[in-house]
Amino acid sequence: MQTENYLIRKPSLEKLFNDLIGGGKTIYAPKAKGDLALFSDVKTYSDITEDYIVTANSAKLVVFPRTEKLFSYHKSKEKTEITDAAGSTFPDVVLWGTRPCDAAAFIPLTDTFNGDYKDIIFNNRRERVFLISFSCSRSDEYCFCTSVNSGPGNTSGSDILFTKLSGGDYLAEVITPKGQLLVSENSDLFETKSEEDKEQQLAVVATRFNQVEIQAKLQNLFENPVWDDKSRACLGCGSCAYVCPVCSCFDIQDEAHGNKGTRLRCWDSCGFGLFTLHTSGHNPRETQGARWRQRILHKFLYVPNKSKIAGCVGCGRCSRSCPADINILDTLTSL
Amino acid sequence: MSNQNIYIPYLMRIEKITLEAPGVKTFRLKFENEEDAETFSFKAGQFGEYSIMGVGESTFCIASSPTRKGYIECTFRQAGKVTSALALAEEGDVVGFRGPYGNTFPLDAWKGKSLLFIAGGIALPPMRCVIWNALDTRENFKDITIVYGAKSVDDLVYKDELAEWRSRPDVKLVTTVDPGGETPDWKGEIGFVPMVLEKTAPSSENTIAIVCGPPIMIKFTFPVLEKLGFTEENIYTTLENRMKCGFGKCGRCNVGEVYVCKDGPVFSYEQLKLLPAEY
Amino acid sequence: MSELIKKAAALLESKSVQVVIGYGKGTGNRTRTIFATQVTECENLIFDSRCVQNLAVYLTKLEIKKLGKPAIVAPVPVLRSILQLAVENQITESDLVILGITSESELIDFESFAAIETFLTTHKIEIEEKYTKTIDAIKAMPVAERFAYWVKELESCFKCYACRGACPLCYCTRCTVDDNQPQWISVASHPLGNLEWHIMRAMHLAGRCTDCEACYNACPMGIPIHLLTKSMLQDVADNFGSYGPSLDKQNTLSSFKPDDKESFIR
Repeated sequence: MQTENYLIRKPSLEKLFNDLIGGGKTIYAPKAKGDLALFSDVKTYSDITEDYIVTANSAKLVVFPRTEKLFSYHKSKEKTEITDAAGSTFPDVVLWGTRPCDAAAFIPLTDTFNGDYKDIIFNNRRERVFLISFSCSRSDEYCFCTSVNSGPGNTSGSDILFTKLSGGDYLAEVITPKGQLLVSENSDLFETKSEEDKEQQLAVVATRFNQVEIQAKLQNLFENPVWDDKSRACLGCGSCAYVCPVCSCFDIQDEAHGNKGTRLRCWDSCGFGLFTLHTSGHNPRETQGARWRQRILHKFLYVPNKSKIAGCVGCGRCSRSCPADINILDTLTSL
Repeated sequence: MSNQNIYIPYLMRIEKITLEAPGVKTFRLKFENEEDAETFSFKAGQFGEYSIMGVGESTFCIASSPTRKGYIECTFRQAGKVTSALALAEEGDVVGFRGPYGNTFPLDAWKGKSLLFIAGGIALPPMRCVIWNALDTRENFKDITIVYGAKSVDDLVYKDELAEWRSRPDVKLVTTVDPGGETPDWKGEIGFVPMVLEKTAPSSENTIAIVCGPPIMIKFTFPVLEKLGFTEENIYTTLENRMKCGFGKCGRCNVGEVYVCKDGPVFSYEQLKLLPAEY
Repeated sequence: MSELIKKAAALLESKSVQVVIGYGKGTGNRTRTIFATQVTECENLIFDSRCVQNLAVYLTKLEIKKLGKPAIVAPVPVLRSILQLAVENQITESDLVILGITSESELIDFESFAAIETFLTTHKIEIEEKYTKTIDAIKAMPVAERFAYWVKELESCFKCYACRGACPLCYCTRCTVDDNQPQWISVASHPLGNLEWHIMRAMHLAGRCTDCEACYNACPMGIPIHLLTKSMLQDVADNFGSYGPSLDKQNTLSSFKPDDKESFIR
């Protein structure tokens, strides 16, 4: 649909928030914790922080929780019964304060969980998520959204995108029919379109590389010293993958309590040595360098070869959170 | 199918357990739900996720032939968490099965050709599916040769079926054990599979070679096959990598860009040569 | 730190070591570990107050061991970890060259692990008051409240294991949490699984942790997990009289002496 522009006054934001809460929505919004902002289940508007470039954790947790029940079972002597978790009631979630990069991440994430095997638990959750994103007026050296076809005011993935204008009010770009519905339900809060220039309000994020060139280079870079060189300080943790809004690798684990139990989907990371370890002891990705290569190739070669877009939205979370200061841009720009 | 939860397994009752070799068992599994038994179908080379509720899932091939309806069989070696729990299961117990997943051996395209099967140790099960499929449609193929080896006589799996194949006039079976693995009454060959293959020297003319075994066996078998005149596109194998989902989402079985679970597990040597060493 | 650079370069030049593990400039205001294998790379070595990552973690990493014998830039927290690794027989004196740095940023040589221990007697681990106050307040809570406090604090943990990765003493080739026969600890990141992991981690470090705070610094969610290990340090001191690595005394909780006063072990 054609994007429609409105103006929303600053005080109306709180009213919108309260209306959504009053309407039974679960709202995830950035909440301060020490120096960090974390997407958290927020009930009170004043708990929301505006002081963040991106949150430390990613918004994927609302569609791809770190632990997801796939089904539960009950075993007895005579029979085993399975209760499908897809039949559960999933919450209506509003993501409030996602950045354009966060919103863009829902596109590759949704691709992964669909295709010829559709993950209905993911889809059930996704359908119930409404994205109210806020454009970026600030960026830092870890941001590179503009290098992966996004940008500080990009609308893709969001239902509504707010951009703070010089007077303190917000431009509201309504991107989807879901967004349009919200506007019509709260028409008193949305005024006729603003003429103010959105671009002036946006952070400047320099283009750091050309994604198509990177993709072409990676085609023949499987055996290259860069992987070991750039991952030498890697501590083999899963921090980069777990804060990444696109990473979606998972493990399947059972938990039993007597004759009952559940099968769970849990986050997993290609950075862990155990990720690919065979029972025999053989490991196709034996070193941290091989694991770093997988991470880069997956995001910038395998995913784009398949679906044209990168498996990365340039939010920079992985680099910011890495305890060893391993920086994805550093690797990409040195290829 | 689109509104079904893809992680829900079929419930399968263990109809029969066969002890094949030390630590190696075959389960014959029947669908608990009659309807599932009717609608389920698979092709030679596909695999599944077998599970014990409360323990977890493990990946292995379907070892029975699609020509044998109403049940599936799997053969596994007790090694990790799930296979250890499976090994404790008894006849009549219920296990989970998701599948079939992956691509298949192109048996239709092999019609009119001879088939040479080369397997080592616990790698006979994925091949057994194809062997019985070929034998059950015997008129479609010319010569069928099987070269199978294991560490010791005890480690050979499907001993009854080996005897059956040996007695069939339309199958040529060569069995071998590693030096030192023989028993006093062993009548087969003694030596590693690639050497025995070279000695057997089957014709490569109009023949497809299907190889499955430990990496070291594969490594030494390919050169022998090339020496015997097999071309890359006429050599097939099946790969395995650690898997969780079986359908291209969990993200760990890929070899370069290729997902073993979806693009494989069956690959020709021609395809395999293009893949990076990540398996 | 021209002296550090000179020293590191000389070590590589003379082939006394094959790699120098030290601090270099990172992104933002951060520092980054550098692994200098060439003399010229030593020029990138820096040392200042931002150099807080515990480099001792690399001494037991397979990928780094492959580089050959290391020299390691070792401020006090790193020295403590090196000594503890020595106590646990993970390194020997001939394995590495230590480029010690005092709290006053002076270079200091150590001929032996014993010399490190002597040096550290004047640099005892001290838990800052802001922490002892917090710990005391938590300990004063009724059990239910204390439990709720930790469940809430650990709520944001998603088990990325950065705490484990950054810890020089988490060198196990297969961590208990990765064992699945039996599955001691839930793989899932839910309240129980998170509690299990952090209790296990703290307990495994009890009497071993040298209070470097690498775990806390590594946590992407800012969870104060160092309160657990600091509290364990206090408990060890309260029950066994001292803490901090010691070649002579070995590990407080896993060493046995005939004159131990406890009777359960006899």
